[in-house]
Amino acid sequence: MLYALLGGFGVAALAPWLHQLFGRHSGWALALWPATLFIYFSGFLAGVNDGPVLLQHNWIPSLGIQLSFMVDGLSLLFALLISGIGIFIVAFAGRYLEGHRDLGRFYAILLAFMASMLGLVLSDNLIALFVFWELTSITSYLLIGFNHEDAAARRSALQGLFVTVGGGLALMTGLIMLAMVGGSYELSSLLNQGDVIREHALYAPMLWLILLGAFTKSAQFPFHFWLPNAMAAPTPVSAYLHSATMVKAGVYLLARLNPALGGTELWLTVLGSVGAITLFIGIWLALRSTGIKKVLAYSTVMALGTLTMLIGLGTPLAVTAAMAFLLAHSLYKGALFMVAGIIDHETGSKDLRDTGGLFRAMPITAVVAGIAALSLAGVIPMFGFVAKELLFDAALKNAASWILALVIAGTIMTVAVGALIGFLPWYGAPVKTKKQPHEPAPALLAGPVVLALLGLGFGIAAPWVDRMLLGAAATAVAGVPVDYPVSLWHGFNTPLLLSIISLIAGLLLYRWRQHFHHHTRFTEVLARTGPERGYDLVMAWLIKVSAWQTGFFQSGYLRYYLLIILLTFMALVWTVLLLYWPALSFGIHLQGIQLHEYVLVFVLMAAAVAAARTDSRLGAVASLGAVGFTVALLYVMFSAPDLGITQVLVETLTVILLVLVLFRLPKFLRLTSTALRLRDVLVASAVGITMTCLLLFAADARLYESISHWHVAQSVPSGYGRNIVNVILVDFRALDTLGEIFVLALAATGVLAMIRLRAEDKRK
Amino acid sequence: MSTLLATAVGVLYATAIYLILRRSIVKLVIGLVLLSNAANLLIFTSSGLTRYAPPLIPEGASAVVDGIVADPLAQALILTAIVIGFGVLAFAVVLIHRAYEVVKADDMDQMKDTDT
Repeated sequence: MLYALLGGFGVAALAPWLHQLFGRHSGWALALWPATLFIYFSGFLAGVNDGPVLLQHNWIPSLGIQLSFMVDGLSLLFALLISGIGIFIVAFAGRYLEGHRDLGRFYAILLAFMASMLGLVLSDNLIALFVFWELTSITSYLLIGFNHEDAAARRSALQGLFVTVGGGLALMTGLIMLAMVGGSYELSSLLNQGDVIREHALYAPMLWLILLGAFTKSAQFPFHFWLPNAMAAPTPVSAYLHSATMVKAGVYLLARLNPALGGTELWLTVLGSVGAITLFIGIWLALRSTGIKKVLAYSTVMALGTLTMLIGLGTPLAVTAAMAFLLAHSLYKGALFMVAGIIDHETGSKDLRDTGGLFRAMPITAVVAGIAALSLAGVIPMFGFVAKELLFDAALKNAASWILALVIAGTIMTVAVGALIGFLPWYGAPVKTKKQPHEPAPALLAGPVVLALLGLGFGIAAPWVDRMLLGAAATAVAGVPVDYPVSLWHGFNTPLLLSIISLIAGLLLYRWRQHFHHHTRFTEVLARTGPERGYDLVMAWLIKVSAWQTGFFQSGYLRYYLLIILLTFMALVWTVLLLYWPALSFGIHLQGIQLHEYVLVFVLMAAAVAAARTDSRLGAVASLGAVGFTVALLYVMFSAPDLGITQVLVETLTVILLVLVLFRLPKFLRLTSTALRLRDVLVASAVGITMTCLLLFAADARLYESISHWHVAQSVPSGYGRNIVNVILVDFRALDTLGEIFVLALAATGVLAMIRLRAEDKRK
Repeated sequence: MSTLLATAVGVLYATAIYLILRRSIVKLVIGLVLLSNAANLLIFTSSGLTRYAPPLIPEGASAVVDGIVADPLAQALILTAIVIGFGVLAFAVVLIHRAYEVVKADDMDQMKDTDT
């Protein structure tokens, strides 16, 4: 399993070379990898009804992060869809982008995406799941922005990235909360903790965060706007990511976590209403669009809304319906997107209004598109019909009446959209297109043909599909065994009646679509003030704020940086001091000080002030020397002879150095105004007072005993030395001293280098 | 005594900060020297002040006589700090000298960009 997943990234890395190796057949060659995976995953089909299979590999054992994988009905359904559709997408891309100079890169990202997506649906560990989740966002960003010379593509890519990764951030928080509450990072054990998790106080915030992640990824209202914009990607990407796989990641997550999080009133309300609203808005916008890919993208939004709503309902029937709908949608939408790519590739048209009468030029494609569109519209005997029947059944039995109304209205419009795609470009009067249309190459046609025929075959063999996989998938989602009979023919009942009504109404709507367009113009105003406008405003605001704050903080003047640091430091220190003020003692100890000590400290302070005030360089250096030597005397007086000696030595060297160098520099100038000086005096005094207060508090508070008594006691027995400070430096903390020597050597090297540089300048 | 030294540390910090807020690089360097003295004295004072008991063990004894000596650990740390401080100062002084040769001004506002 590990090889199957991580191998994908390996193949992705090799893809550019393989592409060069196989030339124009690279599409088929690389399609072998998803084909291998498909066969591998098919091997799990036999045992899928016996419960989940767990596979574990240690990744970061110290953090409890494992690369553990779970294969059950749900993950297997996704894995088979991802690898199965992947075969045709890779082959399709090889021909669709033939001759494109970046095709190698395209393969690499596409295969990396595939591996990430497989990792996402198979991960049992929440952290691993999240990592794969973000990888799909990043790879899809690269894929949407594949035509990076096109500004619109870049914008769409960035938009998709911001929306999905922003949601991912919320998701991460939510998943961590979930793991904390459930006591494990493993999905397999979390899914049995449903009762504990649902009762927990953190349930509601956790659910909202996870839902935010899932809704952004799956383009639910009000985040639905990024998906149609993502159609800037090359068609194979749209077909793969934005119909069959990536956008379903959010749905997958919801389905996966249903046993742990689902079943509450909140879950039902949020998922049900968001899903139903998304469903309606999606198909509404699909019907109003004219770009072929836009129509398909919006109808994908509709499908995602449907899935969310069904998972929200959460009954065995609804869950079965969701799984059937998922399978049906992946098949027909993958096929239709590839057909849209074929139309684009063979005729150069991307708009429904620029096509017509293509049946004569490409009959096979037309038939395939018709079959897929029938599945989209949900016409017997397609698998889409089975899914639609289940959808009606679930909505009738479990959903609120307003949701049912939206479902019926959505289905009617879906039929119209199906007619739009399956009929409009192919029949009627031929429209002159940019290129002379003809039947496409086998690599382009293979995907649509197989997927559309599978949609037909699965419809006829619906009970078999249910027994093989769908039942197990629904069981995994529901968390309890689900055995809802799925078949093509359920007899004469209300769902069938609704199917027939929606079919007729949908065809009527298609017939009168011009009127529909005309009478629904008012919604365009809504679209302009919709969520996408909000996104634009947020982005514009973000840029403004960052420009402002960069200008504000990054002034380029050292003193302003210092001022910010100092003021922040004081604010923090005083906040803490004032918070604990009553507990602090502030002792003034002035007894027992001898006169010479008073004199010494006074000299020290006077010299420091003089160093700051003087306008003469020599005066400054002399004051500095006075400070240094007084400090040395203080060291000696308070039992630190070593410090005294070192300080005297260093101070002498410092003064000599400063005198030697500073006199080659110009005299002090008065560079700042009195007001600014006053400000600096204030800040400096405040810092000084802060330090004094800190020190006074510190002198009276000793939280921990000093560890130095150990050094004192061990100095002779372990260190064989009588000067304890020396023993510490060269023995107990010898590594520190080594580091110090290293720093000094480095400084000396630097000094030498700069002096040499100067000598060279002079020689020139 | 610690109160007195605390005041001295405050004054050293204040003067040092005032100097490093100036535009002249020479004053900045002088401020740095004062700042390192201030920090050393801060550690020294906060470790506790002891008179007439240097951390030395008399000849022949295996431990200090009456058990009370000045804190040797703080002294070791300060010793390191003094030496490092000198190293940094030496480097800084040569650096500003070099900078002055290039920029020809003792004004940091003229060194805002890397292009000068």
